[in-house]
Amino acid sequence: MALVEITDYGLFCAQAGVYIDPWKPVERALITHAHSDHARYGHKSYLVHHHSIPLLQKRLGNQYYMGIEYGELVNINGVQFSFHPAGHVLGSAQIRLAYKGEIWCISGDYKLQEDGVSMPFEPVKCNTFVTESTFGLPVFNWANPTKVFNEINHWWHQQASQKRTAIIFAYSLGKAQRILKGINHDIGKVWVHNAVHELNEAHVQVGIKLKPWEVLTIDAKPQPGDLIIAPTSAETEGWLKRFAPCATASASGWMAIRGTRRRSSADRGFVLSDHADWIGLNTAIKSTQCENVWVTHGYAATFSKWLRENGLNAIDIQTPFTDQPVMDLPTEN
Amino acid sequence: MKTFVDLFHQIDQTAKTTEKVEALTSYLSSASDEDKVWTIALFTGKHPKRIATSTQLKLWAAELAQIPYWLIEESHHIVGDLSETIANVLPDYPNPSNRSLSEWMLALTAVKKQDEERRKAFLIEAWTSFTKHERFVFNKLTSGAFRMGVSQQLVVKAITRHSGIPENTITHRLMGNWSPIDTNYHSLIVASNPLDAISKPYPFCLAYGLETPLETLGTTNEWQAEYKWDGIRAQLILRNKEVFIWSRGEELITAQYPEFANLPNNLPNGTVIDGELLVYKDDRPLPFAAMQKRIGLKKVTAKNLAQSPIVLMAYDLLEYNGEDIREQPLQTRRLLLQKLIEAAHESSSDIPLHLSQAIAFDYWDQLVQERSNAPTIGSEGLMLKRLSSIYETGRKKGNWWKWKVDPMTVDAVLIYAQSGSGRRANLYTDYTFAVWNEEGALVPFAKAYSGLTDAEIKEVDQWIKKNTIDKFGPVRSVKAELVFEIAFEAIQESKRHKSGIAVRFPRILRWRKDKPASEADTLENLRKSIQQ
Ligand SMILES: [Zn+2]
Ligand SMILES: [Zn+2]
Repeated sequence: MALVEITDYGLFCAQAGVYIDPWKPVERALITHAHSDHARYGHKSYLVHHHSIPLLQKRLGNQYYMGIEYGELVNINGVQFSFHPAGHVLGSAQIRLAYKGEIWCISGDYKLQEDGVSMPFEPVKCNTFVTESTFGLPVFNWANPTKVFNEINHWWHQQASQKRTAIIFAYSLGKAQRILKGINHDIGKVWVHNAVHELNEAHVQVGIKLKPWEVLTIDAKPQPGDLIIAPTSAETEGWLKRFAPCATASASGWMAIRGTRRRSSADRGFVLSDHADWIGLNTAIKSTQCENVWVTHGYAATFSKWLRENGLNAIDIQTPFTDQPVMDLPTEN
Repeated sequence: MKTFVDLFHQIDQTAKTTEKVEALTSYLSSASDEDKVWTIALFTGKHPKRIATSTQLKLWAAELAQIPYWLIEESHHIVGDLSETIANVLPDYPNPSNRSLSEWMLALTAVKKQDEERRKAFLIEAWTSFTKHERFVFNKLTSGAFRMGVSQQLVVKAITRHSGIPENTITHRLMGNWSPIDTNYHSLIVASNPLDAISKPYPFCLAYGLETPLETLGTTNEWQAEYKWDGIRAQLILRNKEVFIWSRGEELITAQYPEFANLPNNLPNGTVIDGELLVYKDDRPLPFAAMQKRIGLKKVTAKNLAQSPIVLMAYDLLEYNGEDIREQPLQTRRLLLQKLIEAAHESSSDIPLHLSQAIAFDYWDQLVQERSNAPTIGSEGLMLKRLSSIYETGRKKGNWWKWKVDPMTVDAVLIYAQSGSGRRANLYTDYTFAVWNEEGALVPFAKAYSGLTDAEIKEVDQWIKKNTIDKFGPVRSVKAELVFEIAFEAIQESKRHKSGIAVRFPRILRWRKDKPASEADTLENLRKSIQQ
């Protein structure tokens, strides 16, 4: 029997009796990171990188969490488990399993760019690599983040000079903190939506240095020229009216596609992603020196075909992640 | 090339026409004359023909990007735009080219005549000297289908703001068959042309739809009623023994309607008539479909003239004996118009000019009857104009009202869907609707795009993806389940359509979530409305 198999509940290691990022409630779950499609509600116990605990606390409340350090070894019924930096969001980890000389690495979500918040990605040598493929097409290649932040600063400055409030919509865990850290605070004051504020606090709690922010409470009054960071879900007409005159932008890897950019209700799109781009995915896979690849989460069929043509034993596996009509719901989890 | 690419992105990133015009104006003030001419040409539909097929483009890009052909195809399928796909699979090249827009366009024109190897080498040289943004715009320019989110009118506005030359003059100067290869900016835009003044049209006066009951308009003897015709609103100008015809879109369309070439023999100089171009046969106007056969014809043949002869249904007179009479009351203008037309008909037996007849009425109720009769004579409703009104500029409320026949509606079943283009690529937004025939099968009869809210479009899109029966190319056939109320303006028989009917201006009124597909309308019902 393979060391890891795919079941109705998720990726399962039968020898150890544990699931990795299961999508149905189980006894023992190992969680790669705190995004909601990976860390779900209802498991009896959660083994996570210890930085993920305050994040999960905000999302799932009090649960039975166990924290682990990067590189620390845990033995479960003969299987050796360890967590390694994935560079995706705070506390994100690739989970390594070793048993009788066979090594697996389940990457969860990852990126190779450094974001200044999460621990940078470290390749893990393995026989079988389970990879995401959210942006597994050659049309997705990210620009240097410095360049993107220059664009964002320029845009914010433009809005400020026209006496408008600038609003950036971004995923509240990971992207929001990355933006808060990356932008130039000399342009104006930065406000964050309460959902972002709570996650910011969880970052600070584990010693991550962010930059100053104001909380966007019900009666907060941002001035023209200020910047607001909010999750996409906050955007409703009534909410936006509070800040008129304002300009909106969306920060996501999907903004690389003109069609998505134009369809989005935001005025501007910035291409900023916490996932690996095409080159990143290929580089990461090469650096693991694996023979087998399981592809999940995105353009799995296309990307695995490409890997097979390049001599790897690659298959796409069906997970609830891949079922998402990715082009239609551009939410990066 | 950089400044043009910036202009493209500025226009691409805004939906506000004022910002578009601003971007274009400031571009014009900094661009070289050569680039200006090319930009004006590109923005008004004069783009170079493509130099490679899409298969060639994909093959060459795959080779350069070192990825297989199928992967380019797959990416194209997801992105929805080949220019963008090719732009994105290649990296930003660090050595950006300094060639200007006009230099690139001239090189492109020159290479078109060369063999495949040279054309490939040219494209690869171009692709590897651009950033992604530049490469995308370049690919669009060379795709043979360059389209910008600006109308000709906005381009004209920007040129006017840049040059100070009036819009009508610019519109006129942009007409015709000039080519950016051998035209310079000065002779195209700046040099004064004696024809400008004599061809100059007046701004059209437009009416709003009537919103209140007829009685609220006051007493009937203050009003003129006439039929509203469904053709091309146009202005016929006769000055210096020359005829000019302008469409409401401020397009000079004289050459397309040779029927009017002889009018200088029948009408005095200094005449400007506002009216509607219609195909007119056997003493009655034909439906708009007949008009469509004449629209955009590059060359009008004797056969076209015989099959779809055009007349101008004259509504109003704006210039009489060279004098602008728009400030005089409608009553006066109409009398002069009638006199002119009668005199013209006396001078010759075959004048393509008809007076739009006023409908006699004493009570408002009579007009209700007249309006319901309108479709039987091929009219789309009534126009009500205050007899004392001047000829206004643009759309004004109060003195002119259009009172159209209520649109016909039908409940139809969604059977095919196709993804939209541009901002709606990857969303299924173009729908084909069907009604039941006598054998109990669904027959498609109309395509419609507009009418749903964004939330509804999303919901329908999700539903389509879950209920696809078959895919052929970009089209999906879906389970016959969703019912929509479709409105349309006119219906007529059509041999080209499977259903045997064609409807005009179909649009979605609402999603009938309350109706099962089995209760949708029948073809028989639709056919009945043709006879009405
Ligand atoms: Zn994630
Ligand atoms: Zn994920």
